[in-house]
Amino acid sequence: MAHSIRKPAARKQSASGRAGPRRRTVLLVATRKGAWLFHGDAARKTWRADGPHFLGHVISHVVLDPRDERTLLAAAKTGHLGPTVFRSADLGRTWKEAAQPPAFVKAADGEKGRSVDHTFWLTPAHANEPGVWYAGTSPQGLFRSEDGGVTWAPFSTINDDPTYREWMGTVQDGTPDGPKLHSIIIDPRDPKHLYFAMSGGGVHESLDGGMTWRTLLKGLDVVEGFGFDASKPTFHDPHCVRMCPSNPDRIYQQNHCGIYRLDRPSDTWMRIGKAMPKKVGDIGFPLVVHPRNADVAWMFPMDGTQVWPRTSPEGKPAVYVTRNGGKTWHRLDAGMPRTQAWWTVKRQAMTGDAADPVGLYFGTTSGELWMSRDEGKKWAPLARHLPEIYAVEAAELR
Amino acid sequence: MKVLIPTPLRSYTGEREVEASGATMGELLADLDRRFPGLRFRVIDEQDRMRAHMRFFINGEQVFDLERKLKPTDDIQIVQALSGG
Repeated sequence: MAHSIRKPAARKQSASGRAGPRRRTVLLVATRKGAWLFHGDAARKTWRADGPHFLGHVISHVVLDPRDERTLLAAAKTGHLGPTVFRSADLGRTWKEAAQPPAFVKAADGEKGRSVDHTFWLTPAHANEPGVWYAGTSPQGLFRSEDGGVTWAPFSTINDDPTYREWMGTVQDGTPDGPKLHSIIIDPRDPKHLYFAMSGGGVHESLDGGMTWRTLLKGLDVVEGFGFDASKPTFHDPHCVRMCPSNPDRIYQQNHCGIYRLDRPSDTWMRIGKAMPKKVGDIGFPLVVHPRNADVAWMFPMDGTQVWPRTSPEGKPAVYVTRNGGKTWHRLDAGMPRTQAWWTVKRQAMTGDAADPVGLYFGTTSGELWMSRDEGKKWAPLARHLPEIYAVEAAELR
Repeated sequence: MKVLIPTPLRSYTGEREVEASGATMGELLADLDRRFPGLRFRVIDEQDRMRAHMRFFINGEQVFDLERKLKPTDDIQIVQALSGG
C-alpha cells in the first residue's frame, strides 16, 4: 500500500456539486487470476486488501448491489471450466455459485447454437427493482436475473434475433478475447428505459423494458473509415458508454473511433474527442463521468495508430479530463511515471467514487492499481503486482 | 461406476473419486449434476458440447459423444486439458 495513515482533513465541498454524507469506498478489482476487494477508510488514505477471492479464476467483473450494499456478484470462469456467476450476500465473506448462470437457449436440432464463453458485464437494475440484475456476455448476449443473481435467463429477443445476430458478427469479428455485450445502462427515472452496447454491434436503446430496441448510431464514425455503411451496427465498436448520474439525458461514449457525447432527446452523437491533443488522440477504452456534474468526464488515452498498440501514447500515461462537456481536455498526470510506462487500461478498469472531491481509480493490464483522491490532480499507486486487471468498480458503503 | 474428478471440479465433489451412474455419458453427467449441482455446465455447454479444455475418457479411451454407451464396470476420467498460462 502506498498510502499512509493521516488524520483526515476537514471535509470541504468542491465547486463541482454536493456530495452526500461521508461513506466508505470499497474497490472491487477483477483480474485474470482472481478478485480483490480494497476497503478504504473514510478519508481514502489507507486501504485494506481482501483477497484473492477465486485465485486462478478469470474474473471479468465484480459489482456490488447498491440497493442492499451487501450483495456482490462476480462473473467468473477458469482456463478449463465454463462460465458462471458467484454471489455473496455478505460482502465477500462467503460465496455461492449461481444455480443457473447465463446461457443461451439450446438450438434446434440441426442448427448451430451459441454458447456463453464468459459473462463480461454485470449491472444492477433500477432502484425500484430489488434483486433484478442484467448481464452482458461474450459472445454478445443479454441476460436478466430476478432473484439477485441466483438464476439467469435470456432477456429480450436480441440473443436469437436474426438481424441482431448479423450485426453481432462471428467470434472472429469481435475483440481479441471475444465479442462482448457491455455498458448495460438503466435510466434512473424509468426502469424500462435501457441502453446497451456491443463490441462490435453499436449502441442500442429500448423505451419499453427490452420489448423493442432501436439503434443509436447517428454521428458515429465507422471503423477504419473505409466508407462502410454507417447505418449498419456491424461497423460500430463502442468501447464504453456512460450515462451521467446528474443528468441522465447526457451520455458519453468512448468508441473505437474516438470520444462522443449524446444529449437526449437528440439521437445524434457529437465527436468531442477531436479537441484532444493530436499527438495523444482520443482512442481508449474506459470513460468515467462525474457523479454530480455532467460536464465533467475523464478518459485514459491509448495509442490507436498503425498496429494499435493500445498503450499509453509514447509510454507517458495520463488521464485527460473535460470540465465543459468535451469542448476542451486537460492532461492529468501528476504522480504518474514520466516515461517508459506502456500501460493499457481496459474498458471496465477505470472508475470513480461518489465522494467530494471524486476519487478516481484505474487498473492496468500490468497489474497496477492507481488512484487519485482529488479528481485527478495527483495520482499514486494503491496496489502493485496484481494479475492483469480486467475491471475496477468503486462501491460505496455506509 | 467410478469417476475420477480433476482438481478444478473438486470444489463441487470434495473428492478425487466419486460414484455415479448412467447408461450413457450424458446420463452419467446428469447424475453427477444432480448430486453436485452446477458441475455439468462447467464441462458441457448449453448446446451439449464438451467444453474446449475438458476431456472425457472411458477406461482410458477418449470420447467425444454424450450418447456414448456405458457399462457399470467402466471407469470414467474427466481431465482438464492444457489451456495456456
